[in-house]
Amino acid sequence: MVPIVYYLGLSALLFLIGVSGVLFRRNALIIFMSIELMLNAVNLSFVAFARLWDATDGHVFVMFILTVAAAEAAVGLAIIITLFRHRESVDVDEVNLMKG
Amino acid sequence: MEMLLFWPLAVIALGASISMITQRNPVYSALFLILTLLCLAGLFLLLHAHFLAVIQIIVYAGAIMVLFLFVIMLLDIRRAEVTLSRVRLQKTLGSILVALALLLIVKTTWVLGSGAVGEMAMVKDASAIPDFGTAPALGRALFSSYVLPLELAAVLLFVALIGAIVLSKHRE
Repeated sequence: MVPIVYYLGLSALLFLIGVSGVLFRRNALIIFMSIELMLNAVNLSFVAFARLWDATDGHVFVMFILTVAAAEAAVGLAIIITLFRHRESVDVDEVNLMKG
Repeated sequence: MEMLLFWPLAVIALGASISMITQRNPVYSALFLILTLLCLAGLFLLLHAHFLAVIQIIVYAGAIMVLFLFVIMLLDIRRAEVTLSRVRLQKTLGSILVALALLLIVKTTWVLGSGAVGEMAMVKDASAIPDFGTAPALGRALFSSYVLPLELAAVLLFVALIGAIVLSKHRE
């Protein structure tokens, strides 16, 4: 049997990779994929704890995170398409219209 | 047996996600993300979350990632973009923080996994709930104690749908 701690460690590592993707990449699409990766890492934690405590509630939470991820992907990709139409680029460093 | 399946899945998931953030081409990034999601679906199966594993493949690897690939192909980014951030402070601070977090995570997992806590936090072989992780069990939970959040999720999806249409509509 695998100790639950390994699942949590893997989840934390995946989350960290997602964070570094957001920190180091400037392509809006890849930043978005990193966010999806972070959401999935959290899902893994939820599922692992649900298994540990025999509670279905963890699975329910994962369902809701999935819903939020789908909504976020739809709106975010629409924003990226609009951005590309205006700037011919998806580099987030070039998006500084609201910079003070 | 579980250990035998856990390690390959974990290693492939980590490798694929690292490749995802280091690829220059967004299409390859998306494909590596799909691989990561499939490995996570396998891990869900190991954790007896059967329904979620299937949903993960259908909704995530299927629908959301196809949407991503669709947008990448639609945008047709020709110019090779700069891989790393141009903000120097963000780069250095980010590297230090990521390195520290990595150290912390690995150390914590190692200590907890090998010590008494690891023994204690071992999952039981058989679940107390006979249909744990199946669609009926999840459905019962969703439609009894989580009805209000479920309805709110429906509203959220509706709002997101309208938002996506309004944002991507071409104004003359």
